[in-house]
Amino acid sequence: MTNGSGAAAILSAGIGAFVLAVVALAADNSAALKSMLTFYKPTGPLSGVTTTSILVWLVTWAILEWRWAKKSVALGRVSILAFTLLALSFLLTFPPIADLF
Amino acid sequence: MGFGALYLLACSGALVELYRLTCSSAPSQPSHGEARFLKIYLLTMTVLAWAAVLTGAYVVYPWYRAVPPPGTTDLALFPQRLLMSSPTTIGWHSLGMEWKEHVAWFAPISITMVAAVFIRYGQSLSNHRQLRAAVLGFATASFLAAGIAGFFGAMIDKAAPVQGGHAIQLTMGAEK
Repeated sequence: MTNGSGAAAILSAGIGAFVLAVVALAADNSAALKSMLTFYKPTGPLSGVTTTSILVWLVTWAILEWRWAKKSVALGRVSILAFTLLALSFLLTFPPIADLF
Repeated sequence: MGFGALYLLACSGALVELYRLTCSSAPSQPSHGEARFLKIYLLTMTVLAWAAVLTGAYVVYPWYRAVPPPGTTDLALFPQRLLMSSPTTIGWHSLGMEWKEHVAWFAPISITMVAAVFIRYGQSLSNHRQLRAAVLGFATASFLAAGIAGFFGAMIDKAAPVQGGHAIQLTMGAEK
């Protein structure tokens, strides 16, 4: 069995987490975006930030799975990229760092 | 909070098993029964993780961020405003809740990936060393994210318990 499916899942999870962090940061800095991302008023912009990120994650996963399912890819590089994105996501959601932007 | 606590408990078990499969001196191929058990275990964790963030965001968080009517002086039913009303507690919101509300979502994203990879590869995961290492790494990240969210959730609830407005009371002691 090739490693393409696993690589697609790993990279898309890193991308999904990173998109969540970036969209949350953007919404925090833009009143218009914050309003646009308020899908459910009692929850506020968090509803849009998470829904959008989850959709991006799942679509990315589907596309990568379609492209890589039957291939073997350079999993080492894919993993490094995915973990870098995940680490950046933790940092960008940490308020003292997010407030720098 | 219940789902999150169960998830954290389950996470420790999954990490031990994934570590055993990945890093033990002689990584062994799990038996058919072991692989089936781990698939069900990881699927259950995935359900718990999503239940924790969805109930947190759509049931508890609206109570937390409820806006008091103008002129309200008793902020006991408005946890966010209560925390923000004092310089000694504002950090629980500006650092704790601001981080928790986003970082918590990394847990279900990561553990969904872990479960999907394990279900897809099953016993043949033993043939993919890098894949096993990545799965273990994301499971650890998921545990870390859930731990951060759980810690701040518990501490914030101690400082400003979420009571749920007038219709739904989770704690009644103060009113007796």
